[in-house]
Amino acid sequence: MSAPTITLPADSPPMKAESKALDFYYGNFKALKRVSMPVYEHKVTALIGPSGCGKSTFLRCFNRMHDLYPGNRYDGTIQLLPDAVNLLDPGVDPIEVRMRISMVFQKPNPFPKSIYENVAYGLRVRGEKSRTYLDDKVEAALKGAAIWEEVKDRLDEVATNLSGGQQQRLCIARALATDPEMLLFDEPTSALDPIATGSIEELINELKDKVSILIVTHNMQQAARVSDFVGYMYLGEMIEFGDTKEIFMKPKRRETEDYITGRFG
Amino acid sequence: MAAGRTLGAQQMRALIRKHKRLDALFGLLGLLALMVGVLTLAALFAGMAIDGIPRLTGDFFTSFPSRRAGQAGILSAWVGSILVMLVTAFFAVPVGIYGAIYLEEYARKNWFTDVIEINITNLAGVPSIVYGLLALGLFVYTFGLGQSILSAGLTLALLILPIVIVTTREALRAIPVHVREGAYACGASQWQVVHDHLLPYGLPGILTGVIIGMARAIGETAPIITIGALTFIAFLPPVPFSGEPPAGVLDWLFSPFTVMPIQIFNWTSRPDPAFHQNAAAASFVLVFMTLGMNGLAIWLRYRLRKNIKW
Repeated sequence: MSAPTITLPADSPPMKAESKALDFYYGNFKALKRVSMPVYEHKVTALIGPSGCGKSTFLRCFNRMHDLYPGNRYDGTIQLLPDAVNLLDPGVDPIEVRMRISMVFQKPNPFPKSIYENVAYGLRVRGEKSRTYLDDKVEAALKGAAIWEEVKDRLDEVATNLSGGQQQRLCIARALATDPEMLLFDEPTSALDPIATGSIEELINELKDKVSILIVTHNMQQAARVSDFVGYMYLGEMIEFGDTKEIFMKPKRRETEDYITGRFG
Repeated sequence: MAAGRTLGAQQMRALIRKHKRLDALFGLLGLLALMVGVLTLAALFAGMAIDGIPRLTGDFFTSFPSRRAGQAGILSAWVGSILVMLVTAFFAVPVGIYGAIYLEEYARKNWFTDVIEINITNLAGVPSIVYGLLALGLFVYTFGLGQSILSAGLTLALLILPIVIVTTREALRAIPVHVREGAYACGASQWQVVHDHLLPYGLPGILTGVIIGMARAIGETAPIITIGALTFIAFLPPVPFSGEPPAGVLDWLFSPFTVMPIQIFNWTSRPDPAFHQNAAAASFVLVFMTLGMNGLAIWLRYRLRKNIKW
């Protein structure tokens, strides 16, 4: 195992989160090996790598999704800045982590409830009852996710009747409604057609002004289009991290180059 | 493949014809096997209908049992059945659903929950008379509830608890992982996920399980006889605030009672064939109660599932 090649930009933007020497175990299987990587504020950071390299596993550490299943174990830290709280600290409640960091999943997963209730759910969980406040937040989130015009006249309809691309934008609205500090995307376009994919990518580009984004993608073109920074992972290790242009134009590591040029993976 | 093994066109067709004849034969055997069951049931049901339908007058539903077959009715039996079912549902539904939620969502997977899990499945296979014996000792004597509607309802609740638990767990398990994770990712606590998502989305399946359990309970005879339901009841349980002195709100729970299957059992065991007609008519009603409940389960599941897609 050789040390990862981490190239930090010269004029480093402020950091939003930082993973340090993160190990993760599914039972006895070590899925992540000393993964270290920064996530910069108001930037899009992409995780790429072949299937099974641990990029989704890594992403799901950021909102403690692994806590839902028995036998999973973290070692190492993920600090959320500016308060430098370690998200993986057993003393930190995973619910608190998920209230601060939202997630959008691979398969659009709206609840079989109304469009309105889908977006309002994160706020309802926080005990929000004021109808006018909820109305405002729902509208703002739907506008933020570029789906307001399509659904404003049918907020009471069941969300699962929307098209796949609309469902995914609704899920983004649901994630945005609670004003998260960070947004996690787990291959958000892999179940969508090219047009819907285009609109989601455009949206990710707009969202980074408001929120720091970490995205897993199996599609290198997508990583090149949407991200500012890229981490290449292989077999549970972070092989190389750096500026997206640098990584794609002149990667420092041979493995990264092989993957990017399609000679491998 | 060796040249000697290759089939000529003629041989191949002959072989296929032979296979098709076998197919047809097995198809026919299967149909026959099915018909043995279905036709027997249909014949039983038709016989019951022919004997019983002439007795199904309004009076039959509004009369108490009588020594004269022509005047006997099932009033006390159907009222008893419905009241016992109410008690059964009141206890079995919440206990069964919460038990299933605990096992499925909260319980850690260890040897203890494994033992519980295996035993719940086993409990569904315990002969119902055993529940009757347990209830006789526990509810009737130890708790002193007597040979009452309450005892019967509790007994049947125990009997259908495994059915409710198993179907509720299946309904919860049918909810896709990604929907569950979506709810957790919004910052929901375990109870919020259960209450806001799993219960509403699982409701069609849970209701079906409850109703099928109740349909089983309404036809149960053995445990009810064991705890001592009477076979000849010529009065109804006290309606709250009725009579002199006024009955309490819950007095009906402690009233003696009879239920449909026991009434039927009683009539069949009499020598006078006129009573057998009564039994057929009452069986007809009972079958319709059960079929009605099953039909309701199917309809509810269909209606409620329409709005739940993934």
